[in-house]
Amino acid sequence: MTTAEKRLGNAANFVDERIGAAGWVKKSLNKVFPDHWSFMLGEVCMYSFVILLLSGTFLTLWFDPSQRDVIYEGVYEPLKGIKMSAAYASTLDISFEVRGGLLMRQIHHWAANIFMAAIVAHLLRVFFTGAFRKPREFNWILGILLLTLGFVEGLFGYSLPDDLLSGTGLRITSAIIQAIPLVGTYISFFLFGGAFPGVGFLPRIFTLHVLLIPGAFLAVITIHVMLVWYQKHTQFPGPGRTEKNVVGHPILPVYMAKAGGFFFIVFGVIAFLSAVASINPIWLYGPYTPGQISAGSQPDWYMGWLDGLVRMAPPWETHAFGHTVSWNILIPALIVPGILFTGMAFYPFIESWITGDKREHHLLDRPRNVPNRTALGVMSITFVIVALINGGNDILATNFHLSINQIMWFSRIGIFVLPPLAFVITKRLCLSLQRADRDLVLHGLETGRLVRMPSGEFVEIHEPISPQKRFVLTSHEQAPALELSATDARGVKRPGAIKNKVRARLSKAHAVGLPKVTSEDLKEIEHH
Amino acid sequence: MQDPGPAPHVMRNADIDPKAEKRAEQQVAILFGLSGVSSLLLIYSYVFIASDVFVFIPVMGSQNVQQLGLGLGMSFSLLFLGLGAIHWAKKLMPETEVINHRHEFRSSDEDRDELVKTVKHAAAEVKLGRRSLIKRSLGFSLGLFALPPVLLLRDLGPLPKKQLETTNWKAGTRLVTDPGNRPILASDLEVGAVVQTLPEMPDETERLLSDIAKDPVLLIRIRAEEFQLSPEKLAMTHDGIIAFSKICSHMGCAVALYEQTTKHLLCPCHQSTFDVTRGAKVIFGPAARPLPQLDITVDEEGYLIARAPFNESVGPSYWERNSQ
Repeated sequence: MTTAEKRLGNAANFVDERIGAAGWVKKSLNKVFPDHWSFMLGEVCMYSFVILLLSGTFLTLWFDPSQRDVIYEGVYEPLKGIKMSAAYASTLDISFEVRGGLLMRQIHHWAANIFMAAIVAHLLRVFFTGAFRKPREFNWILGILLLTLGFVEGLFGYSLPDDLLSGTGLRITSAIIQAIPLVGTYISFFLFGGAFPGVGFLPRIFTLHVLLIPGAFLAVITIHVMLVWYQKHTQFPGPGRTEKNVVGHPILPVYMAKAGGFFFIVFGVIAFLSAVASINPIWLYGPYTPGQISAGSQPDWYMGWLDGLVRMAPPWETHAFGHTVSWNILIPALIVPGILFTGMAFYPFIESWITGDKREHHLLDRPRNVPNRTALGVMSITFVIVALINGGNDILATNFHLSINQIMWFSRIGIFVLPPLAFVITKRLCLSLQRADRDLVLHGLETGRLVRMPSGEFVEIHEPISPQKRFVLTSHEQAPALELSATDARGVKRPGAIKNKVRARLSKAHAVGLPKVTSEDLKEIEHH
Repeated sequence: MQDPGPAPHVMRNADIDPKAEKRAEQQVAILFGLSGVSSLLLIYSYVFIASDVFVFIPVMGSQNVQQLGLGLGMSFSLLFLGLGAIHWAKKLMPETEVINHRHEFRSSDEDRDELVKTVKHAAAEVKLGRRSLIKRSLGFSLGLFALPPVLLLRDLGPLPKKQLETTNWKAGTRLVTDPGNRPILASDLEVGAVVQTLPEMPDETERLLSDIAKDPVLLIRIRAEEFQLSPEKLAMTHDGIIAFSKICSHMGCAVALYEQTTKHLLCPCHQSTFDVTRGAKVIFGPAARPLPQLDITVDEEGYLIARAPFNESVGPSYWERNSQ
């Protein structure tokens, strides 16, 4: 035994005699993680969160969240002598006088954008592959919670510098709060500490931004990851992989080295972007004053679709009994997102109600094999993209010399027409892909080699695919639709007949698919 | 279809060829070395490069050398560290796949029964079902207990009172330019002119941001015959000069874009468009109400003044707003 081994052994012994961790650690180190590029998306989320914590802590060392007025006396000439909030002045100081401060600001902002993008990509991966199914519904809901927290945290974050752009964002936030019937005005006055912009909002959201929400993030992320650990990761179907096992690399050393290395790569890419592509140059916007605004005011991208919905809303307000209800704000900013996010959170239960499938699932779906779900996902993405396009309608109009009114009308109509269209097209595409799979299994790969038969006929040689590949393409299960009759044996309507009818209809739509190739089919074709 | 089992394992070069293994080892070492060099670049930039040196780089434009050195040094030190670790894992670490077995998450029936029994037993011991006095008083106090945390937040801010209905415009308040604080002679405004104004404040009164959030008024002069206004609204103008609140009636942004040819005002936040000739009527976008119009005239010296305060709330709607 070498000295190093001896020392390590002593240390391990010291710990184990006190907390008895050897058994648990041994078991954990044998943990297996399946490999697939799409499983990295969740890792990107976690790593950018760590980067946000590190860079954010750096920024707090200099940032002053106060709304008190100061006269700027820093090194940035164009703003010298101008009255501004201490928050804005200290952000300028971080950008110009703290060495590496601007880099850290850029890293923080880039990491936030990438954090949200990775959450969305991770969510789509989980959705399209059916990873949210039993037993992982809790983790799906926790993920939706993290996404929602991300919106709030991001909004607060880019509001803190108190520049002209972020102040405009807060003006809109206060208008949304004011639009809430009954209590909105009061909530707004309490949050802002008076009439907008008030005196208290920045210090308050600073505390939320650096303490309360990151704390909530940390707690939820911990549970999220612990559940992945405990329930073991899902895997794509393939030879040797079943619902009862998990095939992959053990945590030590391969997974650890890859994941650890990947953290540095994510950090490195974010740092590189921050070094060469500057975003949110707050010194160009100037300090916030409610009487001014800059053209092309845009929120960060993950809020853009909400802004797009607000922009396309019809000018509806109800005035009655001395009160006003602003439908033009409530519907796009609160009601529609509320319905979308609630529906998204409950989707695992909705799908299992439709299919009647209450079993555990650890093998992932290939999106094409579940056309209805895939189409629903693409439909939702289309909805958000149309809204996002409208959120940038002014930018699009100026860059491409289009009419802003036309883009708005395109979005107003498109938001209703394009998502259903996307649904239909995606469903057809999925079925075509299934047909392609079927052809590949039955007839093999086209080799491009033409052969002339003795009879004079030309045929192309097809090469059979490997048994492994054949298994991947045919191992998915095709559950039949639920049979729910609205009437019983004597023709009397059952209780809940309408509910059953809806469920049977949905179940039928969900079960659509091409019959997959069986070994009998193959045998038959070999006979020919 | 039958599961054919995993495809046969293919050995990597470094597994069979000691030369390839050596090469891979060197590659990893080079990557780690480059990471170290990049960290030195960061340190050099921090200590030795002044913060006001700029260099022109094609595509990127003029760049601050110190910022660039710090950023590139940091990103490359991180990137090479990550690449080295992954290269190491891919080329040299064992790559055979391992199989773990899953267990069903449902607890065994015995465990479930045991749990139910324990809970029932505990419930029976405290006799919660029979002690309704305790149950009710506990519910009562827990309900009250939830109130103080909400109540304690009351002092976060003042009550709205009339703050959203009132501005600093009063009868006789002069319109002054923003910025500049100069009163405006009606005769100084040419046709086509647009001026942002604020109410003149008594000396020594500081203008708060919350004042600027509701007081700004846009002054626009067009040819008087172009107005298509009701007699009341026309009476609120002065010689082709019309005054609107600059705070958008939709969400309170500054309605800052004026198109002189069409005489439209556009809010850059959500593109609500208001027609100046028709009393800021909404002709496009999500805003539901015209911009409030300020009744203006001139005083004996010829300076523009407000004849009356706004006769409605400026800015976005809220529940208590009486729009009648």
